Amino acid sequence: MIPDQTTANGYLLVLAIMLPVIGILLSLAAGGRYVERIAMVLLPVGLVIAAAIFGLVWRDQQSLVYIVGGWHPPLGVALRADGISAAMMLTTAIVICATGLFARGEFGQPRGSPEIRASQVFWILLLGIWSGLNTVVLGDDLFNLYVALELLTFAAVPLVSLKGYKETIKAALRYMLFALFGSVLYLLGTVLIYGAYGTLDIAMLSGRVHPEPVAWIAASLMTMGLLAKTALFPLHLWLPPAHAGAPAPGSAVLSALVVKGSFFLIVRLWFDAMPGLMNFASGQILGTLGAGAVIFGSVLALRQQRLKLLIAYSTIAQIGYLFFIFPLTAGNEPWDSVAWTGGWLQLFSHAFAKASMFMAAGLIAETLGHDRIAEFGGINRVIPITVIAFGLAGLSLMGVPPSGGFVAKWLLLLATVMEGQWWWAVVMLVGGLLAGGYVFMVLGKALGNASAPLKLATPVSRAREIVALTLALCAVLLGLVPLQPSELLQVGRPEVLGVIAR
Amino acid sequence: MTPPFILEIAFVILILAIAVGTLVARAAFTAVLLFMIYGLLIAIAWVRLSAVDVALTEAAIGGGLTGMLLLGAVARLRESEGSGEEPGLPTLLAAGTLCVLVSAALGTLVLSRPEVAPSLAPMVMDNLAQSALGNPVAAVLFVFRAFDTLLEKVVLLLALIGVWSLAPDRAWGGVPGLRLYAEPSSILVFLAQLLPPIGIMIGIYMFWTGASYPGGAFQGGTVLAAMWLLVMIARLQPVPAISLRRIRLLLVVGPVIFVAIGLLGFVVADAFLAYPADYAKPLIITAEATLTLSIGVTLGLLVAGPPDRIPQP
Amino acid sequence: MNSIALFAYCGAAMVGLGLFGLITKPQVLRKILAFNVLGTGVFLLFGVIARRGAAAGLHSDPVPQALVITGIVVAFSATTMAVVLLLRLYAQTGEATLDSDDPPNAGTDGGR
Repeated sequence: MIPDQTTANGYLLVLAIMLPVIGILLSLAAGGRYVERIAMVLLPVGLVIAAAIFGLVWRDQQSLVYIVGGWHPPLGVALRADGISAAMMLTTAIVICATGLFARGEFGQPRGSPEIRASQVFWILLLGIWSGLNTVVLGDDLFNLYVALELLTFAAVPLVSLKGYKETIKAALRYMLFALFGSVLYLLGTVLIYGAYGTLDIAMLSGRVHPEPVAWIAASLMTMGLLAKTALFPLHLWLPPAHAGAPAPGSAVLSALVVKGSFFLIVRLWFDAMPGLMNFASGQILGTLGAGAVIFGSVLALRQQRLKLLIAYSTIAQIGYLFFIFPLTAGNEPWDSVAWTGGWLQLFSHAFAKASMFMAAGLIAETLGHDRIAEFGGINRVIPITVIAFGLAGLSLMGVPPSGGFVAKWLLLLATVMEGQWWWAVVMLVGGLLAGGYVFMVLGKALGNASAPLKLATPVSRAREIVALTLALCAVLLGLVPLQPSELLQVGRPEVLGVIAR
Repeated sequence: MTPPFILEIAFVILILAIAVGTLVARAAFTAVLLFMIYGLLIAIAWVRLSAVDVALTEAAIGGGLTGMLLLGAVARLRESEGSGEEPGLPTLLAAGTLCVLVSAALGTLVLSRPEVAPSLAPMVMDNLAQSALGNPVAAVLFVFRAFDTLLEKVVLLLALIGVWSLAPDRAWGGVPGLRLYAEPSSILVFLAQLLPPIGIMIGIYMFWTGASYPGGAFQGGTVLAAMWLLVMIARLQPVPAISLRRIRLLLVVGPVIFVAIGLLGFVVADAFLAYPADYAKPLIITAEATLTLSIGVTLGLLVAGPPDRIPQP
Repeated sequence: MNSIALFAYCGAAMVGLGLFGLITKPQVLRKILAFNVLGTGVFLLFGVIARRGAAAGLHSDPVPQALVITGIVVAFSATTMAVVLLLRLYAQTGEATLDSDDPPNAGTDGGR
């Protein structure tokens, strides 16, 4: 039963969105060295709020709802935290806090230093991304979600161009154009939906939408727009230079979280707003694009000579796995939740693993002064913790136990067997092998001997290495999740998906 | 086919012709000029669609500020026109077919929908009295869907931060590189002295009257921004450095007050962004007033661009 | 055909034109102009839907109007950011195009 009144503790949802907003406003007004401090104070508070929401949803097995302003949809706007939102919020909070800690090394502002452009801007953008992501996962109104998407884009694009080199400016401009293309298509779909059904509230739409041309066209437009933002093959051109060109903490957040925001909305659209619409054909189309991403991204990753670009192509590949949710849940049987759980676990473990990897790459680049993989020989002796973090994160990407990635891919494979769609299994296995290829390519060099004595550019910061390692351990810890459909991720699902078979 | 309808057909054809002109014009300057005319024509179209608030916003932002921004860009881009490889014929044909299909689908869909189009107008009117406002669009913006408006203000500020972030490191905190006239002509100076007082009054009036009649914070704020830009371009006022405390405070006062009123709703009304029954109107007016100010400063600074020099002490 | 239908076709045509310009024009400034044409087309379609929703004594449904106002402001901010990025790119490199920059070239993806 989906509640439509404000539930107890629903105010936490508002706080989750408004806290980073207040941070942005205070930072802008105060300026100077306060910006970093404001962020460092708000990050743990936000983490606590996210954990509280997660705990409440888990304990009560019910969504949290908040009706903003007391005006019920369709007139007003509602916020809703169901199982997947709560899990997504917690993942976001952990990654952002870790990124904040990690970024102090690069963007910290020691007492008495003058205002530095990159430092000032970075913390505000980080808060902006956090607020945008929380709004994306909590919003229950299609237009509210459009504004949230724009918030996310405007916070993410300047992160790409933060360093100011011409390659990053170019990458940022390309990202911006793709993102604008995506937003306007999404808006167009929203317009059509309002014209047809008279509401933009997702819960209400689930009751009103039926398969008819306008719903199909609106859904296709919105999906295409969101695919451009998620960089799914073949609309992935903007991602590698953008994620590789951003500073390391920025890349971590961009790859781990920002691209997942638009994916989250695709799921919301097909499973919550228009549940009757997903059929075999559309599922197969999305799955095929995902398969293309897995193969294409992994093969290209193998050909990279620079670490950050390799990791960026790996993101394209791992995002492809997420789209196997669509063909494997296109049915009403109870075991659909296997693919559901597997897909979401893939998202969360990839978030931790990819953030950790980009942090490791950042540390390596700082230590060596470059990120050319061929010359990594011997770094294992200098920054062993970083290499371990990279390796552990790589385990999750490959799908090797114990790791969240293993559980995710195992569940997805199980779903392909249950559904009789063995072709996805082939793709996943090939993808896993290729991932192993590029991960070991890097590890092999790192663990090998130095061909020439290493010249270190900057001394190593153990604290930041530990942060990277902790995130990688989070990815591994997700491997302790039981190998079965998760009840938490089912909370708030409409009846179409069914409940866990007893 | 009555004469007014024929006029309307001619109007639409004009709009489309100018849109095509915008896209195919050889010189960028021509394209931008045509775009500004296009913006104003669209504003008139909005009046024909009985959406006066939108017409005001489109005229001010879509025609005025966007045009100004793009003209400034064209002035700097000088010799880059003609560069870039035009796509080959197959791509053009493929894209063209796709776009024609999309247009056809949209045209049919928008009109073929339920005979009685679903509408939230009745619900808005039912609750209008409770919202303490007379203008239904303003009620939607500042009462029913105030959350969207709040987030949108944050989006504006983030865009400004993004624009500022593109400044060179050494110029951070400095003065935006708004293109000024080296020696403003006497006509420009005269207009910049004459228009702003009138414009500021119009801007304030537009915000004030927006509670009951078409208008509102966004429209009024845009007029204020335009007046400020005029005064700066004519060198009657210096362009402020972005690190100035008062600029920063002006930027955030609107959203801060709005958020504060929203949080107040937790305490004195039932929910975030709910207004207590007795004080609804004054609270909304306060929020709108400060928002008008902030929007004006934000939009003006967005057009002014990233800082590119440190002010001389 | 009445006035509302006329504007619906106008909006649909604007969307098509803007989309075409966004995809095919290599210069970024033209893409930005096309994006604005596309955006105003989408808003105009929303306006037609609002006009069709005239009821309860109003000539036009106020909710889409409010959403369009929000959309216009957001589109302006997006235009500003894109223009500043373009100007910065031009100042640094002298180029005003992105090579292989067509956003939705689903069929002509050359990879890389």
